[in-house]
Amino acid sequence: MRDETRFEITVTVNGAARRLRVPARRLLSDCLRHDLGLTGTHVGCEHGVCGCCTVLLDGRPVRSCLTFAVTVDGSKITTVEGLAPGDGRLSPVQRAFAECHGLQCGFCTPGFLCTVTALLADNPAPTEDEVLEGISGNLCRCTGYQNIVKAVHRAAELRAEES
Amino acid sequence: MTTKLFGEPVQRREDHRLLTGGGRYVDDLGRDALAAAFVRSPHAHARIRDIDVTAALDVEGLVAIYTWDDLPERVGRPLPLLIPHPALTHGRTALPLARDVVRHVGEPVVMVVATDRYAAEDVCARIEVDYEPLKPVVGPEQAVSGVHLVHDDVPGNVGAHLVQEVPGPDGRGAREAIETAPHTLSFRLDIERSAATPLEGRGVYARWDGRDLRVYSSTQTSTSVRMAVSAVLGVPLPQVEVIAPDVGGGFGVKIVHPWPEEILVPWAAMTLGREVKWTEDRREHFVASAHERGQVQHVRVGFDDDGRLLGLDVTILHDHGAYTPYGIIVPIVTSTQLLGPYKVGAYRVEFSSLYTNTVQVTPYRGAGRPQGVFCMERTMDKIARRLGKDRAEVRAANFIQPEDFPYDQGMTFQDGRPLIYDSGDYPRMLRMLKELIGWDDFERAPGRGIGIGCYVEGTGPGPYEGGHVQITSDGQVHVSTGLTSQGQGHETAFAQIAATELGVPIERVSVVTGDTRRLGYAVGTFASRAAVVSGNAIALACRKVREKALRVAADALEADPADLEITEGVVHVAGAPQASMPLSTVAVLANPLRYAFDEETARATQFAGAADPNRPPVAEGDEPGLEGREFYSPIRCTFAAGMHAAIVETDPDTAEIRIVRYAVVHDCGNLINPMIVEGQIHGGVAQGVGGALYERMVYDEHGQLVNASFMDFLMPYATEVPHVETAHLQTPSPLNPLGIKGAGEAGVIPVSAVVASALEDAEGIPIDRMPISPSELFHLRTSGR
Amino acid sequence: MKPPPFAYHAPRDLGEALRTLAEVRGKVLAGGQSLIPMLNMRLAEPSDLVDINRVAGLDRLERTADGVVVGATVRHADAERARAHPLLTRALKLVAHPVIRNRGTVVGSLAHADPAAELPAVLAVLGGHVRVARWDGGVAVRDVPAAGFFAGPMEPAIEPGELAVSAFFPALRPGTGSAFLEIARRHGDYALAGVCAVVTVDDGRVATARAACIGVGPVPVVVDVGPACTGRPPGEADWAGAAALVREAAEPEDDIHATAAYRGHLVGVLAERALRDAAREGAAARAG
Repeated sequence: MRDETRFEITVTVNGAARRLRVPARRLLSDCLRHDLGLTGTHVGCEHGVCGCCTVLLDGRPVRSCLTFAVTVDGSKITTVEGLAPGDGRLSPVQRAFAECHGLQCGFCTPGFLCTVTALLADNPAPTEDEVLEGISGNLCRCTGYQNIVKAVHRAAELRAEES
Repeated sequence: MTTKLFGEPVQRREDHRLLTGGGRYVDDLGRDALAAAFVRSPHAHARIRDIDVTAALDVEGLVAIYTWDDLPERVGRPLPLLIPHPALTHGRTALPLARDVVRHVGEPVVMVVATDRYAAEDVCARIEVDYEPLKPVVGPEQAVSGVHLVHDDVPGNVGAHLVQEVPGPDGRGAREAIETAPHTLSFRLDIERSAATPLEGRGVYARWDGRDLRVYSSTQTSTSVRMAVSAVLGVPLPQVEVIAPDVGGGFGVKIVHPWPEEILVPWAAMTLGREVKWTEDRREHFVASAHERGQVQHVRVGFDDDGRLLGLDVTILHDHGAYTPYGIIVPIVTSTQLLGPYKVGAYRVEFSSLYTNTVQVTPYRGAGRPQGVFCMERTMDKIARRLGKDRAEVRAANFIQPEDFPYDQGMTFQDGRPLIYDSGDYPRMLRMLKELIGWDDFERAPGRGIGIGCYVEGTGPGPYEGGHVQITSDGQVHVSTGLTSQGQGHETAFAQIAATELGVPIERVSVVTGDTRRLGYAVGTFASRAAVVSGNAIALACRKVREKALRVAADALEADPADLEITEGVVHVAGAPQASMPLSTVAVLANPLRYAFDEETARATQFAGAADPNRPPVAEGDEPGLEGREFYSPIRCTFAAGMHAAIVETDPDTAEIRIVRYAVVHDCGNLINPMIVEGQIHGGVAQGVGGALYERMVYDEHGQLVNASFMDFLMPYATEVPHVETAHLQTPSPLNPLGIKGAGEAGVIPVSAVVASALEDAEGIPIDRMPISPSELFHLRTSGR
Repeated sequence: MKPPPFAYHAPRDLGEALRTLAEVRGKVLAGGQSLIPMLNMRLAEPSDLVDINRVAGLDRLERTADGVVVGATVRHADAERARAHPLLTRALKLVAHPVIRNRGTVVGSLAHADPAAELPAVLAVLGGHVRVARWDGGVAVRDVPAAGFFAGPMEPAIEPGELAVSAFFPALRPGTGSAFLEIARRHGDYALAGVCAVVTVDDGRVATARAACIGVGPVPVVVDVGPACTGRPPGEADWAGAAALVREAAEPEDDIHATAAYRGHLVGVLAERALRDAAREGAAARAG
């Protein structure tokens, strides 16, 4: 079997420029997890349904399992590791999830956090229906979503208080 | 005790790492490990004629290919049958890799090890297995017909057959009681297959250093995986350690062990002298782990004019798939927990546990209870309908009363012990539920109905769990227990117990679970048992440590231990806070030292002058250190209970079904952390809603699982799950020191029954099959009216 | 579930893209939200993947008096935000989930030609077209009308070596209302059945009415329901009769989520609802 061509890409991940050589078929999820060691991005289905692997690509949430790393050359990526402000504190979304018990096993959580971070950046005071629509592409098997929905509203409050 | 944390909604201590990407799930570890992948059977039933690997040999990154023939004798044996039972006359388990026959789609046939998973899958794609297809057996009714056999040596495909009979108060059997009852009903119920489906699949990562084997597994029982790995691979137990790191959900499926991969991955690591990791992908999880729920039930019931049960006769066909590694726990649980909060008069239950050419069936959250509760609660609704009575009233007429406890149901439960309920208050619970949902004021309208479901759940079975507590010289409290965590918040709940028992701030307490290096004796996390069994073990261990701390401090403070208290981590004389000593110092004094490593520990060294030179530094019968280990072994299960009600609306034209309200009253005895318990209930209800309206495993007649993806296996999103309203009743368990009962499975148990009840109320059509889709409701409407 | 190896091409301009496609005849990668799951499951194993995301000029959405032209790399989310066409915007909100729409493309949905997808029905009911280009010594284009574009399930009328470069969604005439209703098992799933409707109201009477349905045939089924309802005020038109026409045109099949009978029934229910909604909107638009 032929050797695979590797492509050099440069991506800014959580604010730091990273240069890598990846085969064309390398999924962004695997690239983040295994090439860059950012294992906070989880892989739950690899067919784009569960949302565990959601990261922010140039500010927008996308499925990293449905994205080839080679195609994001030159982009900015934020993963769950990059959501906190960096001074040991948590972001409003992260704090709200803790406060409202919006996570149990934690496996789907990074995908939810990325999705919700972008949702609130876009719509700082979403209605109940907008919250449900906003998180409707992320599966959680533990929480029944009730406390996640609560956490999104709480995060909106925290953001408003702090802005 | 001043540090009252038990019972408080303390925020979770595991959250910070999980919110920042700091979790450690199996696939997060071993970045440099080789990757394993498996060639799995595409056939439900076939004979393997030949395996040709030639085309795969030149794939870049290939390290090794293994078939059954490559396995040493002890590794290639059938996997253990974990829970033997005399009624399981024909128990069968799989080989780690199939040898000559495959019995379900997804059964592993070849193991491939390569430099990464991409290469491993490239290799798998090029291995050619020549199969001779055999007739598959799909579904319990085809199985029981016995025309085709899953295992040649299991006649009629019957793995187990069990009859349990409990005579009525007059000594008559159920069938006789039914014959002479004023009213009788008989009907059939169907429950389809579903599965636990945690978002993290299974995973195994193994390291071998030539002497010691370390295995990380996404398991619900690290201690038992350790024993199995040690036994199968022949590595002495002390040289094997198994760690369940962060686990991304379990819900029962990860209690099964050892999985073929849990044997093969460590074996490959030892054989190759390299780290090897296997991470189950979603497709594998659908076809190569385990399912549950599928049953057909035939029910006959006799009752009086008040709706009181006189006799109940249930025959169950239980589809257990291709193998029985977990014995017949699921149908046993169905047939015993079916009784719920009721006195059933005479009871007869018979089940046949049947082989089919489908994925094996092992417990999934609820573990047979949802089916049993579906059966009993459908029965209650049918009785009410027949008599024209209120459905809640019929239930109340059959309740075990508060003064009846302990109440012996006269059966043998899943732990081999008598089915004796310890405590509860079912009439009060029903009153609470009716008030919460507004049962008496409900305005019925076409397409709008209300439903109810009640259950009792045996929780916290033995044999035992342990707790180990160590207070180090920095005053930190290190707690460990052997069972594992998959999101239940054990690090918080157990820390609350320890902080409360020891009188220390919770910030000083850390909890480790599922690491055999810390505590090698444990059973596992299943059957809503962790809080009950480990919680009590940890409390007992804390009490032991506290007693020693008071003894050591009393010596140093020249006080009577009985006069001492611990507050905020400081031991002091009650009412005289100046005579005090922090637990850090007590820990130092409890461990006489030759060598100091800081100023604090210098106080315990041999020239520090604290010790009595006429006594040995460590007294006879004592041990150095401020630590203790205790085990809690319950005499039998403690019985939690719950009652749920729902209001559903259906669209008259599209037959869409919407749950508009969902209410839960729950009793798990004393609550350690109500926030966590409610979270468990929410999640359970969501899984129940999945099971009632969305999720099913659809096998075609060839034994192909046709919906093996999240596209077609419809796990609910936020948009499909109703808001859950909860209320708690607390009837403490008299069986354990903390008075607690289990809560993990509670939410899921009655949901199908409740939704069926509400739907039947809304539609006026009997709902006897679950799950139900709008398409099915549409056909019930068109054929039923 | 890892994709098989493939040769990767990332052309920078349309000519290069078309020359590459002419040469390698590979699969086109745009948003990848349908293609990559197929690759991950190894249900598709193309030798070459031609990534058009860096092709200049394909990311434009242009609004004219005649309608909207959506370039091949315009994401669902961007088209949705542009609010360039009321029916297209409505339909886009029904496409999968917001996160998928951030990456998926409008033209990609058309080229995927899934009979349960929303956008093919929109293009079909509006009578739009897809512009397809190939290399013929230069860029050669042809416009394929929707009626001919959806040749079968997952079968767009795109020849090997061709690339769908844009889609044209004709504007709604004045006095025209639209609706898109569907029923899916879960929010965001492919619909069990769905209907989009376009109704023009002129002088207080229904002038034209068309519906297209999804999930009930190998391709989007477009039905001119005018015979049942034109010439009457929207409130008095025989929408049930119109819906019956839609239902008759549908060819639903059984699958694990719903029976053919139920799907057929749904199409009737949804068609009536969608036609009424569209007519109401059309009447209001004319009045306003």
